Amino acid sequence: MSQRSEVLLWGAQRVSAMVLALCVVVHLVTMIIAVRSGLSGAEILGRTQGNVAWFAFYTLFVIAVSVHAPIGLRTILGEALGWRGSATNLLIAVFGVVLALWGMRAVFAVFGGGQA
Amino acid sequence: MSSAGTRAPGMKNDYRARNHPAYWAFIVHRVSGLLLTLFLPLHFWALGQAFHGAAGLDGFLAWTQHPLVKFAETGLVLLLAAHMSGGLRLLLIEFLDWRERQKSLLAVAAGLTLACGLAFLLNLV
Repeated sequence: MSQRSEVLLWGAQRVSAMVLALCVVVHLVTMIIAVRSGLSGAEILGRTQGNVAWFAFYTLFVIAVSVHAPIGLRTILGEALGWRGSATNLLIAVFGVVLALWGMRAVFAVFGGGQA
Repeated sequence: MSSAGTRAPGMKNDYRARNHPAYWAFIVHRVSGLLLTLFLPLHFWALGQAFHGAAGLDGFLAWTQHPLVKFAETGLVLLLAAHMSGGLRLLLIEFLDWRERQKSLLAVAAGLTLACGLAFLLNLV
């Protein structure tokens, strides 16, 4: 991979980290409050379904994590297993796309309009 | 000052290089990142149960009441908090050049991690 691409990946990793820092703080606080007020499927979906603001927030969260996690995994595979090169890059790119699609499925399930 | 060219052979594996808080922070960041990445697809699958309505989600939530699952959940919160605070530490060092405050930042990151884990645990029980 060219040096320019490596720099772009480094930048994407850092920018996504900044977005994720904010998302994780909100997620942790929300999770702690949600656990406190009791969890039932009806309560959760009553609060979440059709909520456009949370839908947008978690869409951003999924996009950021789908950029951040694959790049981090690529670093670990290179460092720990010596897996570098186009095959690893392709694998990582596929993982990123699948993670984003899988994550958006979850966002639609929890924050979408209702039962599919 | 020693450079890479004059470094003694085997220095890279010297226990002193590894017995440093920053090295352990590096390990925690890598391990927590890897475990969180492996957990994400499962988390998304669990949330996808909401497609089956409240009953689908309740079936999964009933499983999460198991003490072992609660224990694992607390571990996940700790991993997330550790990865976030360790990542913030890296961003501060890289972008604001807070290198001389390495150990203070490490202490803050560890404190934040424990605080998040405790807050979650205290709400859980």
